[in-house]
Amino acid sequence: MKFSEQWLREWVSPQLGVQGLADQITMAGLEVDAVEPVAADFSGVVVAEVVDKQQHPDADKLNVCQVVDGSGETVQVVCGATNVAVGQKVPFARVGAVLPGDFKIKRAKLRGVESRGMICSASELGLAEETSGGILVLPADAPAGEDFRAWMGLDDHTVEVDLTPNRGDCLSLKGLAREVGVLNRLPLTPPAIEPVAPSHNETFPVRVEDAERCPRYIGRLIKGVDVTATTPLWMVERLRRSGIRSIDPVVDVTNYVMLELGQPLHAFDRENLHGAVVVRLARQGEQLTLLDGQEISLDASTLVIADERGPLAIAGVMGGEYSGVGPATRDIFLESAFFSPLAVAGQARSYGLHTDASHRFERGVDPQLTRDAVERATALLLQITGGEPGPLVEAASAAHLPGEREVTLRAERLEQALCKTLPGEEVQEILERLGMRIRAAEAGWQAQVPSWRFDIAIEEDLIEEVARIHGYNRLPVRRPAARLALRPDHEARTPLARLRHQMVARGYQEAVTYSFVAPELQQVLLPDAVSPRLANPISSDLAVMRASLFPGLVRALEYNLNRQQTRVRLFETGLIFRGDLDELEQTPMVGALACGERFPEGWSGGREKVDFFDLKGDLESLMALGGEEGAWRFEPGEHPALHPGQSARIIFRGEPVGWIGALHPGVKAELGLKVEVFLFEVRQDALTHGSLPSFEPLSRYPEVRRDLAFLLEEDRPVQALLDCVRNQAGEWLQELRLFDVYQGKGVPEGSKSVALGLTWQHPSRTLNDEEINQLVDAIVVELHQHLGAELRG
Amino acid sequence: MDHLPTLVTEARQAIQAAESIAALDELRVHYLGKKGEITAQLKGLGKLPADERPAAGERINQAKQALAEELDARRKSLAKAALEAQLAAERIDVTLPGRGHVSGGLHPVTLTLERIEGLFGRIGYDVAVGPEVEDDYHNFEALNIPAHHPARGMADTFYFDATRLLRTHTSPVQVRTMKEQAPPIRIVCPGRVYRSDSDLTHTPMFHQVEGLLVDEDVSFADLKGTIEDFLHAFFERDDLSVRFRPSYFPFTEPSAEVDIQCVMCSGDGCRVCSHSGWLEVMGCGMVHPEVFRHSGIDSERYKGFAFGMGAERLAMLRYGVNDLRMFFDNDLRFLRQFA
Repeated sequence: MKFSEQWLREWVSPQLGVQGLADQITMAGLEVDAVEPVAADFSGVVVAEVVDKQQHPDADKLNVCQVVDGSGETVQVVCGATNVAVGQKVPFARVGAVLPGDFKIKRAKLRGVESRGMICSASELGLAEETSGGILVLPADAPAGEDFRAWMGLDDHTVEVDLTPNRGDCLSLKGLAREVGVLNRLPLTPPAIEPVAPSHNETFPVRVEDAERCPRYIGRLIKGVDVTATTPLWMVERLRRSGIRSIDPVVDVTNYVMLELGQPLHAFDRENLHGAVVVRLARQGEQLTLLDGQEISLDASTLVIADERGPLAIAGVMGGEYSGVGPATRDIFLESAFFSPLAVAGQARSYGLHTDASHRFERGVDPQLTRDAVERATALLLQITGGEPGPLVEAASAAHLPGEREVTLRAERLEQALCKTLPGEEVQEILERLGMRIRAAEAGWQAQVPSWRFDIAIEEDLIEEVARIHGYNRLPVRRPAARLALRPDHEARTPLARLRHQMVARGYQEAVTYSFVAPELQQVLLPDAVSPRLANPISSDLAVMRASLFPGLVRALEYNLNRQQTRVRLFETGLIFRGDLDELEQTPMVGALACGERFPEGWSGGREKVDFFDLKGDLESLMALGGEEGAWRFEPGEHPALHPGQSARIIFRGEPVGWIGALHPGVKAELGLKVEVFLFEVRQDALTHGSLPSFEPLSRYPEVRRDLAFLLEEDRPVQALLDCVRNQAGEWLQELRLFDVYQGKGVPEGSKSVALGLTWQHPSRTLNDEEINQLVDAIVVELHQHLGAELRG
Repeated sequence: MDHLPTLVTEARQAIQAAESIAALDELRVHYLGKKGEITAQLKGLGKLPADERPAAGERINQAKQALAEELDARRKSLAKAALEAQLAAERIDVTLPGRGHVSGGLHPVTLTLERIEGLFGRIGYDVAVGPEVEDDYHNFEALNIPAHHPARGMADTFYFDATRLLRTHTSPVQVRTMKEQAPPIRIVCPGRVYRSDSDLTHTPMFHQVEGLLVDEDVSFADLKGTIEDFLHAFFERDDLSVRFRPSYFPFTEPSAEVDIQCVMCSGDGCRVCSHSGWLEVMGCGMVHPEVFRHSGIDSERYKGFAFGMGAERLAMLRYGVNDLRMFFDNDLRFLRQFA
């Protein structure tokens, strides 16, 4: 909400500069976002009267004017505006004046005619955004010779407050003034609002069919208004300083009263009202064209203002086009109503609307304001548009108007909550300043909440009010006391932070990518994945929840490749989303991507490209943290994003928990990637579930090592060989090392040679050759029988 | 005819002239070996008269001793020279960079989250996490934000359907914790949150850390103390001014926004603080009784406070990052700065 400092000071004027005032209300919970001067700097501009206007002898579009500017002589000035006329009062920049933008006014000759000054437009004075093409014409009673700036009160500020949703009561000058009055212990000087005496008896019938949603509706017929009349400059200025553009006198007055008192008003063209004004719920599907031209189909939960023919307006939100007031309107029906917050809440948003009226009604408009507002608006309208006011017609239901709320504040609770004993008189005084009627209650206070405070319902609300007015920063500071209880700590678990730090140690940078990704990208990488789609994505690029960490990592890779970063190591931790909404799994994962050279560019080689086994080694270093290396396996498998010959399903304790592999060449082609990319992702819970170290005594007896090389079909995974060896090697096998894989000269076509180093050790004696030979024989036989592997000679 | 001195002189010259350990070995054999020249002198003693033998023997042994020492010295000197030559040959340029992997780095948001978790962890707060696809109840209803409440407009929400959404804050984790755990409760809830907003100062996803403490006799003063301590510790500035401004959150009452003296200009006023000297960094308040009611906690017996902060905002202030969107570009040149 924006307001003019001067306007506020008419209501209440504390001894504070504008910044002091802004700081004060900010610290009371009405946060000031900006304080801006209402006009740019200028000087030397006075009110002047145009007393003569002649066509310029040598220029069709110029006039030679004589103005009286209070200096005692008549000043000649050449003016190009089309709307300049004799008798007008205008802002006149004398020679020596400085206009916004450091524009100095000098004596000049225009096409041979002397000009001593300039008649100004609103935009030249920084009072309007756009040029309407003409000079600013001032009211006839503007005093010639007066300093324009002072006369217009331009040494004023627009203050913008960012009000929280609970403080609907401050969405008006009246409400803000009330708050400033409370803070400064000052009384208010509101404008006098007197009932307008009707000059005829004609009314228009009003029927409220839903008194719960509309407990009070007041209307008045004003006949014979002139909507083409000009809104007075003072009102246009106040509206402008509050961020509202002048439209026509009827709209301007309703806006003005809304700003002043906080009550939204609406005016209908009597010509287009038929039968009666009816406040009722819409019928499902009823059509209404709104003032902004939008056509909507109404929902049955929407309260409307209708007549006998159909809906005219959404109650408390926006009027309709058909019944709107226009230049030709003669008679208007002015509405001032109290709609309950629940009746309006959510309605505007459901039609994609947000209006000043809905903003206020949703938060609560003072139900005691309805009549004052209509009287105030009538009086202002009559001054501008003329017209004949009729009597007020009111439909009210006392049973449905918000009742008087009483809230109890216990002294002991207040003290406990704030950790401070406030004198009873201070508490009572604060509450009374806020407009509450206080009765002493047992061990506390009984407060009757004023009609404008919709946000006060429970004891805590009163505690906040007392704390707020007393000052949060005057309240004590303490540190919470707690029992020093130890909590369980699972040593076998690897904290996520440890996994992250391990990836960092392996040279990876941590990435954080959006949890929603482009559906097309996800489709390319995971054509079969199902994941929830946002109903209202911020862009089509961020429309579907990621079913894998791969899309985000690949996107981040592309971003870096486009910036000449060719060696990329990224990892990310976070949730992936799989399944439809009803059976959604949100699974924490660790994922990584590697691309480019094995080592950073250096002087000692390492220029070869990273490959599958580099990434696998990095992953194995994560697995090792849990101390259960034996529980992990890699099985050849096919994943749509991965190269079918270079990808593996990752198994932990027999369960599939992730994937590792090279990005599929087809996928790369589709994404336009020309480099080799390796990826993995694994469930976090598999990596964090470890086991405790378990000590085994060190043997004092010698180790026996045998190196064995086998010929194996080249397609057969080495894992099978290792499993078989382990099964046959007996309980004393300490270590099984694979130290060479070879194909080429000396190895038959279609085979590979795999060299293993086996180390045995017995805990309590020396193993003899015979035992070891038996084990080796068993291994050789088993490998031959099960895998067709041959021992190499 | 005694040519021992000549022999010694000759041997000395030969030893000094020797340029290798092998040459020295040869000289040792030649002079001191079984058939060596000095040894021959000893063998010749027998030809002397018996009364001259002791003196002659003495002289020969002295010469032998002297030559042996001479050989040793020369040997050491040669070995030393050889070692020096080897060392010189093996000299490397130690200013060349080391080989192999360089370390990567954590994302600045993670650094910030870990720092916050660490500070609170040390005074007994547990870390709690929860789902990011949430339901209306946990994200709004249970936090005293019923349907159509104007506060729903405070955060633009991403929806999947009428009741399911991306959490707009990590407060649902607080709700879930309070339902499962009896007081006393001390938790911090870090994580991703989502709001349908994207411009210079907003990204549709960002990170929050919320904290919750529920116990008997918890007051606004405890909240103030906790927040002040945290901000002083986080920024490592005990003199950092902190102020509390009344504000509104549906789930706390009283509520406050927390400002710190601008860490960029020390409160003098700069672009970062919009020349106000203050920076808004957190929201906080005392847990609303309605939230306790939803969680089944007796609000007459227990009180609590909650607070929440944006990790990116704190990371920007701490590390001087001036563009929020960089956090999610994952530009390696950016990420490497936080190694």
